[in-house]
Amino acid sequence: MTLCLESSPKPILIFAYGNLSRGDDALGPLLLQYIEQHCDSSEIEFLTDFQLQVEHALDIDKRDLVLFVDASVSSGNAFVFTELTPVKDKSYSTHAMSPSAVLAVYQNINKQNPPPCFLLAIKGEQFELGEGLSEQAQQHLEQAGQFVQQLLACSDSLIWRQYALPFERQHFPS
Amino acid sequence: MYEHLETAANSAQLKRIVVDPVSRVEGHGKVTLLLDDNNKVQQARLHIVEFRGFERFIQGRPYWELPVLVQRLCGICPVSHHLAAAKAIDQLVGIDPENLPVTAEKLRRLLHFGQVMQSHALHFFHLSSPDLLFGFESDISKRSIIAVLANHPEIGLQGVKLRKYGQEVIRMISGKRVHGTGAIAGGMNKSLTPAERYYLLEDIQQMITWAVDAVALVKKVHCSQLPYYDDFATIRSNYLGLISPEGGLELYHGGIRAKNANGDTIIDHVDYCQYNHYIHEEVRSWTYMKFPYLLSIGKENGWYRVGPLARVNNCDFINTPLAEVERIEFKAHSNEAMVHSTLAFHWARLIELLHCAESIQVLLHDPDILGHELVAQGEKRYEGIGVIEAPRGTLFHHYQVDENDIVTKANLIVSTTSNNMAMNESVRQVAAEYLSGRELTEPLLNNLEVAIRAYDPCLSCATHAIGKMPLQLELIDVNGVLIDKLIKHSDGQIEHDTLS
Repeated sequence: MTLCLESSPKPILIFAYGNLSRGDDALGPLLLQYIEQHCDSSEIEFLTDFQLQVEHALDIDKRDLVLFVDASVSSGNAFVFTELTPVKDKSYSTHAMSPSAVLAVYQNINKQNPPPCFLLAIKGEQFELGEGLSEQAQQHLEQAGQFVQQLLACSDSLIWRQYALPFERQHFPS
Repeated sequence: MYEHLETAANSAQLKRIVVDPVSRVEGHGKVTLLLDDNNKVQQARLHIVEFRGFERFIQGRPYWELPVLVQRLCGICPVSHHLAAAKAIDQLVGIDPENLPVTAEKLRRLLHFGQVMQSHALHFFHLSSPDLLFGFESDISKRSIIAVLANHPEIGLQGVKLRKYGQEVIRMISGKRVHGTGAIAGGMNKSLTPAERYYLLEDIQQMITWAVDAVALVKKVHCSQLPYYDDFATIRSNYLGLISPEGGLELYHGGIRAKNANGDTIIDHVDYCQYNHYIHEEVRSWTYMKFPYLLSIGKENGWYRVGPLARVNNCDFINTPLAEVERIEFKAHSNEAMVHSTLAFHWARLIELLHCAESIQVLLHDPDILGHELVAQGEKRYEGIGVIEAPRGTLFHHYQVDENDIVTKANLIVSTTSNNMAMNESVRQVAAEYLSGRELTEPLLNNLEVAIRAYDPCLSCATHAIGKMPLQLELIDVNGVLIDKLIKHSDGQIEHDTLS
């Protein structure tokens, strides 16, 4: 187990979060299903949850690469791919931490920088309870899925950084 | 007792202080205080401001959906709702607990120990430890697990890992850390594989060691601040919970035991299917939560506490050695038959966490846990009742179905509802003893939250009912003048106040 003893978890973690019952909030978990069906998963661990919390900092330990996947209302494009840095924001006091805050927890407890972590924010339109995926979100999911296939074809942080938006153009999901 | 502070006679003339929301609890609630000109507390109430409707909207659904549907009541203790519903629908397919396949029962127990372990770790380390480590009136910037990780990294990290281990037990059995599936009518839907068992065994000894350390920590915190910790928010009450046939601590299945404040037995080994012969619920006009009470004692004095404090108080022993040693010391600390200290909830909670870790180890070494006989079937019935000890206390699920297997009636009594009267009493005690007459500041008001937090309330779970809540509709004109009023009482009677 990754808690104490296991020294070598799978090198890549894809962590998708969102609620399958809330319309386009399902984009993250659905992308995970897409990747599981379309990519070789021998080197990848897939995790999903409703929200990010403190203990998820333990999930990113000893990875070579981490990809967080979330639905977003604020991204202008079908998806936005960015590199994450640790940030001590106020989200720790809520039910849902930001991925950057999770990285800050990692940094705090391990006294070292986290592995290279990226965020794929897929644009969603409607988030009502009980709704299915919107037509636009379905298209965004397809495009994002193809993009992640492309990323996983070359799992190297230097390559991923080339795809990532420069910091000043990043739009974080709300 | 402090019931005289439930309702002030002259509320319109009093100052109103609101703590909204109560933080670091599951769900949404608030506390209101009414003060006179000398800051003397005249009224103190815990209000639950959520309004849901689970009992109503699961009506019309097929019974086999229940274990999955009811998990959505809560993100912290979904497994407890899942298993309580599963125990109820076992009966709908004609399976009583003694007829459940051995492997299925042990898998459910393992799942439940994982659930209680993760919930107790979450509550103690993430939610309550900032109060206990930094002080009840500490700076607000210190009141979080992040501050604990920064200032007490070893304690904080052990807490986070203890919780995660419990979540991993849940994930191995039900597929997901939150809202997975495992229990079905008459059994379980999946075996535990040898690889999954090995994965969990790798860390269990470490978890037991950390759980022992956690009990030592809470004991040190509690006992180094006596008599304050024994007195704060403390009330004398009855206690209720499940008990094993031998009188041991029981979290998954047993009879109901209730004891009074002196430790005398009120009821013992009662078949929980008869619960409504022993427990009734009262509705009050100012809150969405009901007030359960023991019928034999009556509304006024029949209320009781549930959860870790009740369970550790009520049981004669714990069947795992390290937790039993701690239970004996816990009980000895009080000079009475029962430990009434509200802050001792934390201590009892961590004794249970240790018990869960020990029990997980025992079950993982049990050959039955890898068995493949998972489901039993019997003759259809039309009524099922499932009761379990959720992390916060005794949880009742009661369903009736028709000939098409559709749910026609549902009644849930959740742990936090059972603690409703006690939480209000503790709030009133703190208001009267620690706040009354003082200039109220934000840190001082945190004392109220510390009292509520000790119960580990799940306010989301506790506001599931619909239809019995009294409602008042007021029509107010643009000048703020009340021009019409409609009142629906809890018995359904509607009163029209014409204000003439």
